[in-house]
Amino acid sequence: MSIISRGFRGKRRDDSGRVPPGQYLVDDFPVLSAGPTPRVPLDRWEFAIDTEAEQTHRWSWEEFMALPAETPTVDIHCVTKWSKLDTTWEGVSLDVLFEDVETAAEYALVHSYGGYTTNLPLEDLLDGKAWIVHRFDGEELAPQHGGPARLIVPHLYFWKSAKWVRGIRLLNEDWPGFWETAGYHNYGDPWREQRYEGD
Amino acid sequence: MRRLTWRPAELVAAAAETASARTLRFRVPGWPGHLAGQHVDVRLTAEDGYTAQRSYSMAAPADGDLVELTVETVTDGEVSPYLVEELRVGDQVELRGPVGGWFVWRPESTAPVLLVGGGSGIVPLMSMIRARRQAGSRAPFRLLYSLRDPDRRYYADELRRPDPGLDVTYLYTRSAPEHVSRPARRIMLDDLAEGGWPASFEPDCYVCGPTGFVEAAADLLLALGHAPERIRTERFGPTGG
Amino acid sequence: MTEHLDGNALAGPLSEIFAVDVTSATGRCVSCGLAGPVASLRVYGPDPGLVARCPGCEEVVLRLVRGPGTAWLDLRGTVSLRVNLPE
Repeated sequence: MSIISRGFRGKRRDDSGRVPPGQYLVDDFPVLSAGPTPRVPLDRWEFAIDTEAEQTHRWSWEEFMALPAETPTVDIHCVTKWSKLDTTWEGVSLDVLFEDVETAAEYALVHSYGGYTTNLPLEDLLDGKAWIVHRFDGEELAPQHGGPARLIVPHLYFWKSAKWVRGIRLLNEDWPGFWETAGYHNYGDPWREQRYEGD
Repeated sequence: MRRLTWRPAELVAAAAETASARTLRFRVPGWPGHLAGQHVDVRLTAEDGYTAQRSYSMAAPADGDLVELTVETVTDGEVSPYLVEELRVGDQVELRGPVGGWFVWRPESTAPVLLVGGGSGIVPLMSMIRARRQAGSRAPFRLLYSLRDPDRRYYADELRRPDPGLDVTYLYTRSAPEHVSRPARRIMLDDLAEGGWPASFEPDCYVCGPTGFVEAAADLLLALGHAPERIRTERFGPTGG
Repeated sequence: MTEHLDGNALAGPLSEIFAVDVTSATGRCVSCGLAGPVASLRVYGPDPGLVARCPGCEEVVLRLVRGPGTAWLDLRGTVSLRVNLPE
């Protein structure tokens, strides 16, 4: 049994029902990193989708910027227990990027500049649930938050929303990513508190 | 030796070091003792079971079951404002330690020692200075203490008192007292050349402070010819609070 | 300006698992072969987990995630650890 420290309250927890269990609200935007921040010049940036049939769909920064944009406003939930409400982004829906992609794969492995990876079922990227974004809160996405572009998948814990996204590999078999091979939950639904393997 | 566990710790004394830093002395029943330079994990638990933990360097060598920390409050932090502003004598926290066996000074060592501290990075170095005095060691020590301005000095009275074999040099980065001829600026090669030991003396160098400071100071020591294996560093990262 | 800690930050978390201080052990990087004290690794974290990278090549040498009642330790990036033991 642990000792209670008199008067210690810690970060504020929210019980309004707007945030998933165990989360607290923040106004700032915490930066968590597992390595040095990659710097990706826009003229060398590309985003690629590789299918299980080894077909590659590729976009340069110019081509990516020419795609129809959306401006989602979403709540985000980090597995380290902070949540941030009504965050505003600008970017391209994965539905647009997958328009011409032919696949029967069920799994996606997202990979990033700097070597980060994260896995999720392909269906969690589609039907208006995920975007590749390049602006946050009306500004260009800063490198420490994943700029030039990052994935956002707001219905899963935020480690699935890979920073510095470089591409998505479609797979017939699930391939656990960076945190998923180190104890974190394979799926990561914040409303079911799927933080760790076995939750 | 065995794996470490959390132990209850009661605050028995506290004193302000500066406007934003406080030295805390805890009594920790069963404390196994520690080496100068080691740190300790502090855990706070709220009434609803929420916990937060941080790591702090110990400021003084082993003294029975007493553990002394100096904590700098981090703006918008979660743990440090509580420890600096809230915690009262008689209150309890939990401690786990001691931890770290690399950034330590042992009293049986006779090699010259160069201590380079930036800001609150002075804390584990002060533990080494106090351990040297406590042991009656004759190992020559030099301390280079980089800090923003005179109001930020930790342990000011104690470091002012003569301590044979210990030289103390303050390096101010923003504003220096009037009698100091060195202009306020970041640590430079000359500072380490003049206030430190020649590399040929083969001193053990301990560098502690924020990441940027530690990188800069360690690079300067290498440039002066100190061997990499004699330079031990400890960074204070962005994860505090 | 990438903000990281050094391997000393692993001392507390690893002390829950090992009976010796691992930060003063000598580790060798799988990726580039550099050997040095665990205390000299570049450590990112502590959240969501501690990620220790080689100061030579920046590859991951060690990862440690701590959940309630469980710790996950990944040493795939480490060839070996040389631990000094008292006789």
